[in-house]
Amino acid sequence: MQPNRSLRILTISASLLVLLSLYMVFVYAPREVIMGAVQRVFYYHVAAGWVGALAFLVTLIVSILYLATNNVKWDRIAVSSVEIGVVFTSMNIASGSIWARPIWNTWWTWDPRLTTATVMWLLYIAYLMLRQGLEDPERQRRFAAVYGILAFASVPLTFLAIRLWRTIHPVVIGSNDPGAEGQFDMTMRMRTAFFFSLFTFTVLYATLLWHRIRLEGLASRVAIMKARPLHDR
Amino acid sequence: MIEIHSLSKSFGLKPVLCGIDLSVTPGEFVALLGPNGAGKTTLLRIVATLSRPNTGEVKVGGLGLATHAYAVRQLLGVVSHQPLLYGELTAEENLRFYARMYGLRTAKARISAVLDQVGLARQRRDLVRTFSRGMQQQLAIARATLHQPQVMLFDEPHTGLDQDAAAMLDDVLRSVAAAGRTVLMITHDLARGLALSDRVAILHRGKIAFQAGSNTLTPAAFTDQYYGLVHA
Amino acid sequence: MPDPTDRQPPTAGFWRAVSAIVWKDLAAELRNKEIVSALFVFSLLVILIFNFALELDKAARENVAAGVLWVTFVFSATLGLNRTFAAEKDRGSLDGLLLAPINRSALYFGKLLSTFVFILIVEIIVIPLFSVLYNISLFSPPLLLVVLLGTLGYAMVGTLLAAMAIHTRAREVMLPILLFPVAVPVVMAAVRASAAILAGAEWGRVAGAFNLVVVYDTIMLAIAIMTFDYLIEE
Repeated sequence: MQPNRSLRILTISASLLVLLSLYMVFVYAPREVIMGAVQRVFYYHVAAGWVGALAFLVTLIVSILYLATNNVKWDRIAVSSVEIGVVFTSMNIASGSIWARPIWNTWWTWDPRLTTATVMWLLYIAYLMLRQGLEDPERQRRFAAVYGILAFASVPLTFLAIRLWRTIHPVVIGSNDPGAEGQFDMTMRMRTAFFFSLFTFTVLYATLLWHRIRLEGLASRVAIMKARPLHDR
Repeated sequence: MIEIHSLSKSFGLKPVLCGIDLSVTPGEFVALLGPNGAGKTTLLRIVATLSRPNTGEVKVGGLGLATHAYAVRQLLGVVSHQPLLYGELTAEENLRFYARMYGLRTAKARISAVLDQVGLARQRRDLVRTFSRGMQQQLAIARATLHQPQVMLFDEPHTGLDQDAAAMLDDVLRSVAAAGRTVLMITHDLARGLALSDRVAILHRGKIAFQAGSNTLTPAAFTDQYYGLVHA
Repeated sequence: MPDPTDRQPPTAGFWRAVSAIVWKDLAAELRNKEIVSALFVFSLLVILIFNFALELDKAARENVAAGVLWVTFVFSATLGLNRTFAAEKDRGSLDGLLLAPINRSALYFGKLLSTFVFILIVEIIVIPLFSVLYNISLFSPPLLLVVLLGTLGYAMVGTLLAAMAIHTRAREVMLPILLFPVAVPVVMAAVRASAAILAGAEWGRVAGAFNLVVVYDTIMLAIAIMTFDYLIEE
């Protein structure tokens, strides 16, 4: 039961990219002047947040596709993507907290991005709990698809709602907000390391997704095989 | 009136109906029997448009369920073992609610008519939660016949009724059938099913295992046939 | 043979079905007079609990008034939402509603409106109580409008999710778990707008939050209408 050739190549590539990005982040990128070593968290913090958002966007799309076509494969992608999204969002929140402590002297702030990430995390935990709480598999898929759409729609609205409050989150990519503290400028090498880690994490997401979808497919085949003796009479 | 072709339904990985073929001609009364878990309620729910099959086709009055659900619902009257009534409302209010849901223009007249037909005219202003089980079933039939459906579906309507109430229900069933309606009734009661119906069918292991005209069988023969099949 | 002109097509009957459901829900619930007094006592208790829990002086009280008000509304609304489909499913009468030749969206709107009216009844009790106990006047039209629209948004999503939650094993807990994260935007925006209005801010400051509530309501209503059919049919 080996994964097929393309998947194996992808897995190896992803592993290599991760190793390479480690080098980029810890060696290639220079040490930031104001924040020091802890700033390196940034490279993975943002990448994790990006993957979290991407995973949920994918879930939105396949949820709509599932409702439209009733094809189970879309649902497999949905649940796999949510699981991976939850993991990466957890990483995002945790790394954000680790970064915040030495910089702003607090483990937690209720600023828009961090709060939105937390709400997003709660939404998808709720998604998984909904699936868990439903016994009928067909209903599970249908309800999860609806919730996936609803949940994704609420995320930008959450972000806007929280932004009605003030923020202290560093606005890294191009903002002139004078109220935002903790900014830093990126040098060329930092930029390279940053985009490289974004790319690495995206590939990592695709790899994990593929593995997880494959697992889901195998699991359902096993379930079918297990059920067979019951109705072969 | 009811045509079922190659109907299959599974819940998750558990197949419940495996290729059902059944036809009910207009005005016919068919009794559907079978052991618990055979899928009788599932079948009825599918015909009632409450559930969707995995494969196969169902037509009521020539209209396919998948494409003409609204029109089919106009034609159907359903009585299940739960009365589908609201206890805190009076009998009349319950019927008025359903009259509005079915868009009946002559609601007042119909409500009085069905209450008379089931013998509950004097209780029209009583709260349904004060009704006995038998009275609730009768009101349920009143509700189901309010919009004068051409097809009636019954799911074990005699459940929980004492002898008197069951006998009264039989009278109502006969008058309902006599009005030219097509009836599909699920029941556990072999004798009663045979007595009331034009045709009997046995659902076993997800298939229609046996069908016959009711007047071709004696109660004893039918009982033998049933147990022979079910215990095989 | 039944008279074919006796029946109306589904489109014409939409609002007829909605009003039938609303009337039925309200009659069935309110006839039980205990419910009204229970709602009153519940609202009073929540306000009192906040008062004891928070121990605020006058200035602090004004700051948190909007938040306390909305938490009260959210609690009551969640209770109301739990009831809306639970009784139908337990009694089996949900089938009765599904058998009727009505548009499924009519079922959604009917349930939404009857739940909304319920929550409104609670709010009508709470607002004067709150004004008296906290010594803050809540009777300003902009504030009442925010309350109305915010509650509506919460009820819209809540009704949709309640239809899901009744099928789950731990349904009373499942509804809040599903609902609270999704309702964060509307509750936050409503609190923001309410607080700004209570503090006497001019409309420009309130507008952002208010608009967000309206946008939320619109988007969620659209999603609800498009997806409710998938939830209610088997």
